[in-house]
Amino acid sequence: MGNFKKSKKGIPAISTASLPDIVFMLLFFFMTVTTIKDYPMLVDNELPKADQVKKLEKKDRVIEIYVGKPTEDLAKVLGKEPKIQLDRRLANVNEVAPYVLSELAKKPDAIRNLVTVSLKVDKKVGMGIVSDIKEELRKVNVLKVNYTTYEGNSLSVQ
Amino acid sequence: MARNNEIPEVNAGSMADIAFLLLIFFLVTATIQTDMGLDRKLPSKEPTPPITFNERNVFRIVLNKNDELMVESKVMQLKDLRNAAIAFLDNGGEVKGNKNHCSYCMGARNPKSSDHPKEAIISLNSDREATYGTYVAVQNELTAAYNELRNRESQRLFNMDFVEMEKRYYDVETPPEIKRELKEHILAIRDLFPLQLSEAQTNQVK
Repeated sequence: MGNFKKSKKGIPAISTASLPDIVFMLLFFFMTVTTIKDYPMLVDNELPKADQVKKLEKKDRVIEIYVGKPTEDLAKVLGKEPKIQLDRRLANVNEVAPYVLSELAKKPDAIRNLVTVSLKVDKKVGMGIVSDIKEELRKVNVLKVNYTTYEGNSLSVQ
Repeated sequence: MARNNEIPEVNAGSMADIAFLLLIFFLVTATIQTDMGLDRKLPSKEPTPPITFNERNVFRIVLNKNDELMVESKVMQLKDLRNAAIAFLDNGGEVKGNKNHCSYCMGARNPKSSDHPKEAIISLNSDREATYGTYVAVQNELTAAYNELRNRESQRLFNMDFVEMEKRYYDVETPPEIKRELKEHILAIRDLFPLQLSEAQTNQVK
């Protein structure tokens, strides 16, 4: 009693007790919407945008091919010409077909003819290399391709 | 001495730090899923007998090395491509009474444009120097044209958008009996407006 004078006039400290909860929420959000990189990217990979997209259904039925100009560190050595990345290494066009076949051989029989090749090509790359890859894929009769894109309005970037 | 026999509370002050650390770790090592894209089927390498077609049934798109579009010998902006493609596909130029008459087309019925959606071929020819971004944008516009027409027919016949039907068909949770029905519908619509896109060998730079 008689202690009322003691109450401070200043603004009370904001409780940070719920901060962990907020951060955890963010953490779980990122954990669910992202995938962990399997391997480091050796090429720049800014995908084009499109809005008429379809989802690639199952991860195990997809073979990925990255195309782009080498990342900054590598560009000093390799130059700026676009390169193809298969798994962890950079490759030439003629290595695409053997790579796809070897990946295909790893898949179980049942889904082998459902496999889609996801072409993750940087939007600044020329069409030449892309059509070379498509030609390679035709040679080994892997015909389902997916031009992987970001979702967005394709016309806005023009 | 007033001893406190209760278990002291664990200090949760550093919890936020730990969570931040984890969060940053995930931000660094993860990429946002980009499992979206335009599906295409490449033509088979097997030699096929040459098909004969009328020039009016071919919609020629040329993409040059400066990323400029030429459609049917005229320069065109990318934003106009969708409507041009729709007009071409939906034309249905064959006269009534002929066996190739397109009963569901709502186009201009121009005798100089495509006879029937089933015969209409879109030919896309891109230069090796053209950027992939523009190429995808063109592909996107063509897909949009097909989707728009397919949606229209799908709404008329089955009261549902074609895109929606496909989405449901690929959804894992859709029960099999509905899937079977959806598949039939999808095939029926695809048959009305089959995607016939020809990409001849891209030209070498001159």
